[in-house]
Amino acid sequence: MNPKNRKIRVLIAKPGLDGHDRGAKVVARALRDAGMEVIYTGIRQTPEAIASAAVQEGVDFVGLSCLSGAHGHLFPEVVRLLKAHGAGKVRVFGGGIIPESDIPALKRAGIRKVFPPGSTTGDIVDWILNARLPVGEAHGT
Amino acid sequence: MTDPKTAARKVLAGDIRAAAALMRGLDDGQPSCRAVLKELFAGAGRAHVVGVTGPPGSGKSTLVDRLVGEAREEGRSVGVVAVDPTSPFSGGAVLGDRIRMGRHAVDPGVFIRSLATRGSLGGLSGSVFDTVTVLDAMGKDLVLIETAGVGQDGVKVASAAHTVLVVLSPGMGDDIQAIKAGVMEIGDIYVMNKADKEGVESLERSLRLALDGRPGRDGLPRPVVRTEARSGKGVADLAAALAGHRGSLLERGLWEERSRAMARAAFEELVEAGIRSSLEKKRASDKAWKSLLEGLACRRLDPYAAARAGLRRLLR
Repeated sequence: MNPKNRKIRVLIAKPGLDGHDRGAKVVARALRDAGMEVIYTGIRQTPEAIASAAVQEGVDFVGLSCLSGAHGHLFPEVVRLLKAHGAGKVRVFGGGIIPESDIPALKRAGIRKVFPPGSTTGDIVDWILNARLPVGEAHGT
Repeated sequence: MTDPKTAARKVLAGDIRAAAALMRGLDDGQPSCRAVLKELFAGAGRAHVVGVTGPPGSGKSTLVDRLVGEAREEGRSVGVVAVDPTSPFSGGAVLGDRIRMGRHAVDPGVFIRSLATRGSLGGLSGSVFDTVTVLDAMGKDLVLIETAGVGQDGVKVASAAHTVLVVLSPGMGDDIQAIKAGVMEIGDIYVMNKADKEGVESLERSLRLALDGRPGRDGLPRPVVRTEARSGKGVADLAAALAGHRGSLLERGLWEERSRAMARAAFEELVEAGIRSSLEKKRASDKAWKSLLEGLACRRLDPYAAARAGLRRLLR
């Protein structure tokens, strides 16, 4: 199958305790409008629930949104759990209120891309289209 | 890709990642994954497959969440296939049914999979049958299919399930008239959800009127159950009605009949998809196809003659 025709599946999740999901919903809709299948799991998700949902849903990407300031703990935890489930190839990206100074540490922890305040949905779509995986890679099939 | 037999063994052993990858590949139409399904198919067919349909906003997802909880308390494993519509404009979809099922995300006895309709004609994703087969082969006791709840899929789910729940809620009493066609025929159990809301009496009246005391597809009575999915009230009754329907199917030898109808629906779905895709190809590139259209345009051919010739080309 031509990888370009393959549907991209993305899980959009909000780890942690803040209930501000507008940004996450805007991103979910933008990805849908770009032709992707977006699984949206709602607010206040534990990293365990997010990783488990990502595995069951067979996604290529996990997008995390956090506005509470706990990203430094929560985002790396999702990456760690995905690896523990054998799904380390799923690409994790994040957004929300994240200071530029936190980005290097997040990248070291395996978050592929961070979209700080001011990023557009177009930036996210473009990044996903460039970072997509070849067929079968995401799940080690 | 590992060889099909190894991949199939992993799925049978309950390997969640292998099962998820297989579902994904089948949804994407990967031939290698069809080879795995072939290995699994003979061993599937034991799960109780339940379709949950009804208008948007009637509380299907919350009810499914509750039914999963009920089954888990009895120690039964559960698979959920949640279908949402694909946008005909972008080809994308937002699949949000998991929002209401969050508490089961980390339970190893529950596997939830969201599917987009991907332009399948009946509204029910063509991959629903495959996904159910995989969950069934994994050994799930109960598989719940939640439909997108719009258009024709409410009717089509009947052919994909042993038992069909039709979920309604108060405040749509008049709408029963509108959804009556089809949906009022396919239900094995009717659920009046949000039964604490005003209007439930009027809903029950119009529902009973529409059902008219007639039995369902197989001559079995069609119970009407009140639930409040948000609080969980009535869900145990619904679970009992589900078990009752399964029991009746088994007792009266109707289980086989239903399974056979489900197999036929899956088969016809694939054949139709094949015809559609070969139609697409002809439309795009076949010269004889274009000359048929040309003949029609200048009225050298009549529509029936052209269609006959077209069909012959298509099915060659």
